[in-house]
Amino acid sequence: MTTTAITAIIVILYLIGAPILGGILAGLDRIITARMQGRYGPPVWQPFYDVLKLMSKEKAAVNKTQNFYVFCFLLFMIFTGAVFFAGGDLLLVLFALTLASIFLVLGAFSSNSPYSFIGAERELIQTMAYEPMVLITAAGMYLATKSFFVADIAAFSTPLIYYLPGIFIGFVYILTIKFRKSPFDLSTSHHAHQELVKGLTTEFSGPTLAMIEIAHWYENIFLLGIVYLFFAFNPLLGVIVALLTYFLEILIDNSNARVTWQLTMKSAWIVAATLGMANLIIVFFKLSV
Amino acid sequence: MDILFFLVLFPLAAAALLLILPNNAIRSIIVWFSSIVLTAATIYLTFLYFDKGTIYFNFDMALVNELMLVIEAILAIFIFAVGLKYKKYLASILITLQAPLIIWFELTYGHALRPEHNLFLDNFSLIMALIIGIIGSLICVYALGYMKDFHNHHHEMKDKRNVFFFIMFIFLSAMFGLVFSNNLIWLYFFWEITTLCSFLLIGYTKTTEAVNNAFLAIIMNLLGGLAFAGAIVYMYFAAGIIELDKLITFVGQGNMMLLLPVALLSFAGITKAAQMPFSSWLLGAMVAPTPTSALLHSSTMVKAGVYLVVRLAPALMGTFVGEMVALVGGVTFLLASCIAISQTNAKRVLAYSTVANLGLIVACGGIGTAEAVWAAILLIIFHAIAKSLLFLCVGTVEHKIGSRDIEDMDNLIARMPKIAVMMVIGIAGMFLAPFGMLISKWAALKAFIDTSFILVGLLSFGSAATLFFWTKWMGKLIAMVNQKEQLETTVSGSEWVPLYLHAFLTIVVCLAFPLVSSTLIEPYLIPIFGKVATLGQGNMLIMVMMLAVVVLLPLGMMSGSKGTKIVPVYMGGGNLDAYTKFQGPLGMVVNLAMRNYYMDQFFGEKKLALLGVILCTSLFLVTIFWMFGVGII
Repeated sequence: MTTTAITAIIVILYLIGAPILGGILAGLDRIITARMQGRYGPPVWQPFYDVLKLMSKEKAAVNKTQNFYVFCFLLFMIFTGAVFFAGGDLLLVLFALTLASIFLVLGAFSSNSPYSFIGAERELIQTMAYEPMVLITAAGMYLATKSFFVADIAAFSTPLIYYLPGIFIGFVYILTIKFRKSPFDLSTSHHAHQELVKGLTTEFSGPTLAMIEIAHWYENIFLLGIVYLFFAFNPLLGVIVALLTYFLEILIDNSNARVTWQLTMKSAWIVAATLGMANLIIVFFKLSV
Repeated sequence: MDILFFLVLFPLAAAALLLILPNNAIRSIIVWFSSIVLTAATIYLTFLYFDKGTIYFNFDMALVNELMLVIEAILAIFIFAVGLKYKKYLASILITLQAPLIIWFELTYGHALRPEHNLFLDNFSLIMALIIGIIGSLICVYALGYMKDFHNHHHEMKDKRNVFFFIMFIFLSAMFGLVFSNNLIWLYFFWEITTLCSFLLIGYTKTTEAVNNAFLAIIMNLLGGLAFAGAIVYMYFAAGIIELDKLITFVGQGNMMLLLPVALLSFAGITKAAQMPFSSWLLGAMVAPTPTSALLHSSTMVKAGVYLVVRLAPALMGTFVGEMVALVGGVTFLLASCIAISQTNAKRVLAYSTVANLGLIVACGGIGTAEAVWAAILLIIFHAIAKSLLFLCVGTVEHKIGSRDIEDMDNLIARMPKIAVMMVIGIAGMFLAPFGMLISKWAALKAFIDTSFILVGLLSFGSAATLFFWTKWMGKLIAMVNQKEQLETTVSGSEWVPLYLHAFLTIVVCLAFPLVSSTLIEPYLIPIFGKVATLGQGNMLIMVMMLAVVVLLPLGMMSGSKGTKIVPVYMGGGNLDAYTKFQGPLGMVVNLAMRNYYMDQFFGEKKLALLGVILCTSLFLVTIFWMFGVGII
């Protein structure tokens, strides 16, 4: 088979498989979380039931434009993952990811509702908090492999983690923000009984909310894909580490109380500036000499 | 060659007419006509020369040199006198240092100076000419309607619109001269004229604030001018040259003594491009009427600064001086982006974002590799269009809502729908994938990564900050409230035309950027670096496709939202109307107000600006010490 055909198959597998895997992951998440809290928890298929139910609900919105932004959020989230799994340019992937996130924030802004407005602001703060570390991760991967292409990075024979341990830890740190886990679940949460109601997603309902859920499934699989890259020299190990990382995030979620946005912002930038930059500098000198 | 003279002389003639004919109707005709001619002429020039490579023109005429000398002397006396009149002695001192130096030099050695080529034209000059000709002219047209409104709002000020338009066109003329000059004495002449024009435009309203800020601008720029004059004199004595192309060639051949003039010229570029520690003059320039800001930020003045730095890129590449220049740009990019978060005044946000983007361009110029220069030129193009669009939008909004505060722009999408959409296009163009500025930021990252990890770090943090301040502004604009108050109906035609054209150009240049790259930028890079630098066809194509999706989707989506029930928002109380008030505890009526985060405790202007001044000044000192150390000084 030609490489183009293989790439096409991988992308199709991603398009169909990512929401299924992502949904199952979300189901497992809920079971594990429940067990950690001494509850029994829902069946593993619960996230799918939720989404199906949301889809059957009446379409309601606070204005005519907000659904447009959410649709773009979903579209570009799928696009982000598609370019990633097609082995494309990592920077292009990351910029598409940013574009997707911005669309969600804009959707929340457009509703002009106080809770979603603050949710949107906090989501933006979170984006600003994790963005440097994400770019440093891409830069580190480039310096180690001399390529921005995901295909080349995945095919790199030396374990990336060997060059980029600091960047890996930094990336896992901001992953907590990206997965919307406590202590960094500032902008929205699964439960609508907190100070911001449901924050960012307060004014989204029915099929629109379902789109956001599905987009998150795609996003989570893509993010675990980046974790996988650090261990891609051994595919099995890569998958195991990705799953362990997710488990770690659940553990962190259940053992931490929400922090303020100030601490989120500060800590994420400090992690990026110390762990991330230090690692980048070491790789820069080690590999350029 | 005739067309080069036409581009310099025609705006001059238009300026003279505008000065002596103060009638509004006639002015309007002259401005429209000149703008159309200038636009057509620059496009024609591009068609003639875009595939011709670098062309040098000798054009040796003693008369021109003498004329320039006389004008320089008059301008120097003028600056000296206003400095005394307003008790800004520093301006007078600076001009007494540099003007006699350059005049003495020209009088003593002028006859011995026989530069081989006074003028030149290559694709970089063409790109600059297009920006000056098209964007600059559009701003002049916009100014017609704006300045009328401006004087209706400010009756206390004397209406000197003839002088205003006179300076605007002189500015364009000087900019054309600047980008075609190879003889550094000529370049210096045009350089000083842009300094003086900006001084006069900033001080146009003659309020105390305007006068102070105008002097701040001229003092900082004269500092750069002094460095420029020093560079010319030094070059002549060290190597017997006064041409830009020869300077670059000689440094390339390993004449390290000439790094000093390169450093001095870069310093001049840094002052003009409002890099830290000199960024305050551009912020101060915000007191001027909006067309002035648009002109200074997009097609003239600051672009002259980055033009010079990017021109010198081949000489800066791989040198210590280049690294320091790049660091000044990188630090400025990060700090200015952060400060922009803390600003509520729309014009100040735009100003800081300009300073930041110029920082990125200067950083690219300092690195000086093919990739970096490619990114720098793209940044210059995209920034010119998008930033000009944003200034024009803010200017119009300010006149209609009576405020330039971002917090007062909520719900603009309902009150001024067309302007709001154009602002969103401008903002998206400034930072959002797949619009232009992001393409160039991406290219900059790729250019930095092989040379400097520090710049990669500065860029990573800085672009996170840009994302925050732009998106929160965009959020304000698009927040939907069903309100029927319409403010757009009274915007004049001379404002609409430039606005529409700017918005159109922003999108077209983004869509056509692979073409811009292959026909204009790459032919400039190949002779210098022997290679091209692009993002790869595949990636460029994907970017263009993404843009098409972003532009086309709204059309389809807006019509397809049938069957959706519109419900009021949730306010945590009894809604009294759909969006603006609710009944809170104890029956209290609460008005809804939402405000953005400005994070003063993290990104306070005073603190960060001071940090920038300290860091960038230290970088200058380090460069000077280094030059002492290796014996260049």
